[in-house]
Amino acid sequence: MLDFPRWKVISISLLLAFGVLMSLPSLFFGENHKYWPTFLPDETINLGLDLSGGSHILLEADPADVAETRLQTMEESVRAEMRRANPRINIGDISRKDGVLSFMVRDSTQVDAAREALLPLTTGAGLTGQRDWDIEVRDDTRFVVSPTSAGLDNAVDNAMDTATDVIRRRIDEMGTREPTIIRQGDMRIVVQVPGLEDPEALKELLGKTAKLEFKLVDFEADPNAVAEGRPPVGSQIFPYPDNPSGLPNIAVKRLGGISGDKLTDAGQGFDQETNAPVVNITFDTEGGAKFARLTQNNVGRPFAIILDGEVLSAPNINEPILGGSAQISGNFTVDEANQLSIALRSGALPVELQVVEERTVGPDLGADSIRKGMIAAIIGTAAVLAFMVVTYGRFGFYANFALALNLFLILGIMAIFNATLTLPGIAGFILTVGSAVDANVLINERIREERRRGRRVVQAVEVGYKEASRAIFDANITNVIAGLLLFIFGSGPVRGFAVVLIIGIVTSVFTAVVVTRMLVALWLRRTRPQELVI
Amino acid sequence: MKLLKLVPDTTNIAFLKWRNIAVAISILMIIGSMALVAQRGLNFGVDFVGGQMIRTTFTQMEDAPITELREKVGALGYGDPTIQRFGQPNEVSIRMKLPTGSDQDPELANTMADEITGMLKTEYPDVRIDGVDSVSGKVSEELLSKGVWSLVGAMLAITLYIWIRFEWQFGAGALFALFHDVALTFGFFALTQLEFNLNIVAALLTIIGYSLNDTIVVYDRIRENLKKYRKMDIIALLDLSVNETLARTVMTSLTMLVALIALIIWGPDVIFGFAAAMFLGVFIGTYSSVYMAAPILIWLKVGPDSFVPPASAGDRAEKLGDPEEVG
Repeated sequence: MLDFPRWKVISISLLLAFGVLMSLPSLFFGENHKYWPTFLPDETINLGLDLSGGSHILLEADPADVAETRLQTMEESVRAEMRRANPRINIGDISRKDGVLSFMVRDSTQVDAAREALLPLTTGAGLTGQRDWDIEVRDDTRFVVSPTSAGLDNAVDNAMDTATDVIRRRIDEMGTREPTIIRQGDMRIVVQVPGLEDPEALKELLGKTAKLEFKLVDFEADPNAVAEGRPPVGSQIFPYPDNPSGLPNIAVKRLGGISGDKLTDAGQGFDQETNAPVVNITFDTEGGAKFARLTQNNVGRPFAIILDGEVLSAPNINEPILGGSAQISGNFTVDEANQLSIALRSGALPVELQVVEERTVGPDLGADSIRKGMIAAIIGTAAVLAFMVVTYGRFGFYANFALALNLFLILGIMAIFNATLTLPGIAGFILTVGSAVDANVLINERIREERRRGRRVVQAVEVGYKEASRAIFDANITNVIAGLLLFIFGSGPVRGFAVVLIIGIVTSVFTAVVVTRMLVALWLRRTRPQELVI
Repeated sequence: MKLLKLVPDTTNIAFLKWRNIAVAISILMIIGSMALVAQRGLNFGVDFVGGQMIRTTFTQMEDAPITELREKVGALGYGDPTIQRFGQPNEVSIRMKLPTGSDQDPELANTMADEITGMLKTEYPDVRIDGVDSVSGKVSEELLSKGVWSLVGAMLAITLYIWIRFEWQFGAGALFALFHDVALTFGFFALTQLEFNLNIVAALLTIIGYSLNDTIVVYDRIRENLKKYRKMDIIALLDLSVNETLARTVMTSLTMLVALIALIIWGPDVIFGFAAAMFLGVFIGTYSSVYMAAPILIWLKVGPDSFVPPASAGDRAEKLGDPEEVG
């Protein structure tokens, strides 16, 4: 017991000093970073959204949505391939029922050619070499193209990756500081934005798919049929809420449009004549050429600007637009035009996302929680400290010293890992204070007992530490198990609690057993007391 | 210096004399708790049933206009809100269950929350929105199942650990004690109708950890005494072990309670349910280590030979070893 080698003392002290040093930036220099010497590490603890205020938004995609979009694209590719084939392959109407694409080849001698043309569309899904679509020919001429599950998984995966990037760009454009955007599981994306004042604007922006299309208006369509939602052949119906003619719908040509993924830039501006807010867009070379062709061939006719399946406006093409830039008009406010341009600049979401969970904490409540949490922590700690000294005297003081170091260590370790402190985390902190002294209580009670049994001072202390450590070990392992499960199954703030709890258990065993043992050993060696006050 | 001693140096309380009555009472309380949960149900928060919860402060008013709020929120057509004060009289929480049709449209909880905050902002210029939680049905189902699994998983994992470290009788005793603690905590929440949310699951897991902490300290002493006093009657031995660890039990429970009282009185309102659950948990956890975990050992016939029986078991015990023997 008395034999506590110098190297141990030094290494323990260094470790503690390091822990304390690491905790200082979070404790005192959070706001005043400039006072902290730059040559020292300056990692700090993050404050959870429930303390700093801000929004946590969980977005979820619908896999059926991805499947449907994919099927649509496939249909377009199939049509294009069949038209491009030489000789052209005539097909019957394509149906998109039950998630599969099916159509007839009119001329049965062309079946092989059709299959040949379709094969390149079914490239492998990922590295496994599996095909992403299955092609089947039934009853000699009917083609059934169905997505394989590997292909679908792959498509969903890609869509979610792209969606995550798009969301990151959109939030960056909003100028929010330090957002966290993480893909979670197969279908979800977590967005956390600290200190956000207006979560609605954020949700508005995230909820926009921003799929932009330009399509020619089918002005020959029968207005009554359009109003009832019956499209003429080759056209489709879109809702048009701001239609000057009053009709809720408009018919546009299915083919020959341009989609907004050819954009290179978008920005808010004003219409030169009406001074109304508009969005100016610029196409890339390919898109620009296509747009020029479309406008050249259709001067005097209207084209519809469609955003997320809704027509914004349907202006007439007054002259060919050759420069590769165009203007989107609609009934915008400046803010709306601005938001739309952000959404267009950052690209379209490949899949629609829904907000399935939102937790927002106002900055006032967060600050209030920190203040109250701190007060409770200080009072609780002070009471426990006083209690320990009154009960165990010198040994209580050592336990308290260890407890104080323990608190610094927890903060230091959290800072090293950039862990997040949440409101339940503060509770975890206070609980650690309550339970951290348990190890010392066990040891001290054991020392008392051994003294009563007549052991000599040094021996009693030694046996006390040794006998108590077994129970301390077992008891803390079970706590770690509970903490780990809390971490695995918990979410958000509860995880923050688990982190503090687990770190607290590890550091408290270290400080309560090793550090106090060192202090006691040094004291015993120096004074060699004949009697113990404990 | 005279030090404080809460528990005299040597106590000799016949704790286990009351074991039959205590266990009977406990079983009645467990049944009572289950009946309460079945009959009144738990007041699940939005974490577990979905819907939305908005916390607001009316900065210019003394009292929040609760009746008026109930009407105005109800008029939005999503159903009747649960409006509760928390903290100051001008602070209220407005809770809404998931509206019908939310299985088709997961975004409905969110739309509802937006509409209610929008209404509050236009109707009451002085209102401050302190927090909005909106959870769809799908997410809340997941949170609930995760919560249940973490509780069940923790109980089983811990039991397994004790079984390995001690003997199977101890594992069974610990599991029984844990079940008791968890059941009674559920009963407490059914009785008080305090909101049962994710934080409470965290509290339950912490109670499990703490209760076990206590049980293990007693068990460790029982194991030690079993080896030391091989001839002693089991009941006397259990009493001795509980008495020997009594000072520690009281002391640790007190430090925990002190910390928790600070949380209950001065801590943030949001954490109140959590702290209250923990406070209760410290009591029932301490009680269960004496009156649930220990008596079982009698019924399961634990004796000195439980630790040094036939050769195979002896080998196992040695291989696992105790920390003191290893290091």
